[in-house]
Amino acid sequence: MNKLVKSWTSSLLAGFAWVITGVRPIWSGSAPSTRQRIYYANHASHGDFILLASCLPRGERARTRAVAAADYWGSTRLRRLIANDLLSTVLIERKVSEGAPHPMQAMLQVLAEGDSLIIFPEGTRNTDDAQALLPFRSGLYNLATARPDVELVPCWIENMSRVLPKGKFLPVPLLCRVIFGAPVALELNEDRPAFLARAREALLALDPRRKRST
Amino acid sequence: MLNDYQLLSVGLFAILASASTVSFALNRHAAAPTATLANLTERINAWWAMVAVLGFALLFGKNGLVVLFALISFFSLREFVTLTPTRRSDYWVLIGMFAIIIPVQYWLVWSEWYGLFVIFIPVYCFLLMPAMTALSGDTEHFLERIAAQQWAVMISVYCMSHVPALMTLPLPGFEGRHLLLVAFLMITVQGSDVLQYIFGKLFGRHAVAPRVSPSKTWEGLLGGLASASLLGAALYWLTPFTPLQAGLIAFLSCSMGFLGGLVASAIKRDQGVKDWGHLIGGHGGMMDRADSLVFSAPIFFHIVRYFWAV
Repeated sequence: MNKLVKSWTSSLLAGFAWVITGVRPIWSGSAPSTRQRIYYANHASHGDFILLASCLPRGERARTRAVAAADYWGSTRLRRLIANDLLSTVLIERKVSEGAPHPMQAMLQVLAEGDSLIIFPEGTRNTDDAQALLPFRSGLYNLATARPDVELVPCWIENMSRVLPKGKFLPVPLLCRVIFGAPVALELNEDRPAFLARAREALLALDPRRKRST
Repeated sequence: MLNDYQLLSVGLFAILASASTVSFALNRHAAAPTATLANLTERINAWWAMVAVLGFALLFGKNGLVVLFALISFFSLREFVTLTPTRRSDYWVLIGMFAIIIPVQYWLVWSEWYGLFVIFIPVYCFLLMPAMTALSGDTEHFLERIAAQQWAVMISVYCMSHVPALMTLPLPGFEGRHLLLVAFLMITVQGSDVLQYIFGKLFGRHAVAPRVSPSKTWEGLLGGLASASLLGAALYWLTPFTPLQAGLIAFLSCSMGFLGGLVASAIKRDQGVKDWGHLIGGHGGMMDRADSLVFSAPIFFHIVRYFWAV
C-alpha cells in the first residue's frame, strides 16, 4: 500500500489515541532516539501498540513495527487490512507448528531490515487485576541474544486496560501515560530465566502505582 | 465610542499584556531562572491561550459556549474518572457518562429545557447509574464506586453546564447581553484565583487548611476575596446588577470558588496526586483551572435566576 496512506493512517491513529487518552510519554531513564530499538511493554488491551507508537517521534514511529498475534489480527479481512496494510504489524503464530516458519524468524527479519520493534513479552493480554504483569515468554531473551546491538527499552503503559478492556469495542476516555525506562542489556553469561526475571522487574519498577505504595 | 464587548476585550488584552510585560521584566532582571518564575511565565502564556479559545467560542454566541463547555466537561470528567478507582464491570456506566450524559445535559442547556436540565443528573442519573452498576452484579466496593461516579458527573458535567445555562435566563431589559454576564462570572471567579495566588505569594503566612493545601493562606484568601469583590463591583456594567449588588454577588461567587479549590485539593491529596492532569501548561489539568468555576456557577446561576429572571 501507498506510503503516504500509511503515514496518514498512523498520524490519524495517534491523533485519535491522543483525543481519547491525552497520552503523554514520560522518558525516565531513556530519551527519544532514532537508534534501532526493541520496545517491550505490558499488555492489557488491543490499543496498547497504537498508544505506544503514538508516543514515539514521527520518524521513529514510521519505522517501528509491533509484533501481534496472527490468530487474532490475521483472522478476518478487516483485521488483516488494519494490521498488515495500515499499521505494518509483524504477525506471528503464537503456537509453533511444524512446517510453519518460526516466529523468531519474522522478528529477526524486521530487525535485519533496520526497523524497530514493539513486543509484548507476556504473550497475551493480561486480564488479571490482581497481577500487574504475567510471566515473560522467552522471545525477549532470544532477541537479546541474537541482536545484542539493539537496545531493549521497557515501556510501562498506564491505564490502557481501563480504556479498552478485553472484549470491548468502545474506548472509555481516560488519561494514559507511557513511561519509558532505562534500556536493559543482556549480561555476560546470564541465563534465560535470570534475564527474563530482570527484564520483567525493570518493567514493573516503572509502574507509578507500585512506586506510590512502596 | 467602543461598545461594551469591545471595551471588555480591550481591557482583557491590556491586563494580559501588562502581565506578560511584568513577567518579561522579572525574567530579565532575575539573577538565575527560578522554578516559580518559569511557572509564572507558563501560566501567563496559558492565560493568553485560554482567553483566545473563550473569545473564539463567544463569537458563536450560545452555540459556541455550549460546545466549548461540553468539551470542558469532557476533559474534566476524563481527569476525574482517571483518578477514581473503577472496575471492569463499570465499563457501560463509564461509557454512558461520556457518550450519553454529557451530550444530553448540554442539549438540554441548548434547547433551554430548564425543567429537565436541573433534574436530569441529580434525579435520573443519580438513580439509574447505581442501578446499572447493580445489574452488572459486581458488589465489590459498591458504594465507593457509585459515589465516585455520581460525584464525577455532578462536578464535571452538572455544575459546569450552569455556565452556558446563563445564556438561557430570561432577563427583562438585558436581551442580547447574556455573554457579558458569562464574562462577568468567569472574570471575577478566575480573577479571584489569580488575586488569591498573588496575595498568597506576597503576604501568605497562615494556611487555612494546612493538611489539605499548604498554599491556600488566610492572607491570600482575604486579600483575593476583597480585591475580587471590588473587581466585581467595578464590572457591574456587564450585568443587570447595581455596583453594590455586583460586589456582593462577586464576593459570594468567589467564596464558593475558594471552597471548590479546597474540595478539589482534598480529592487530589487523597488520591496522592498534585494536579488533575497536564492539559494546560503551568496550571495542570482542566479541573485545576475549573474547580472554582464549578462551585460558583450553580450558585451564581440561581441567584440571578431567583432575583432577576422572570
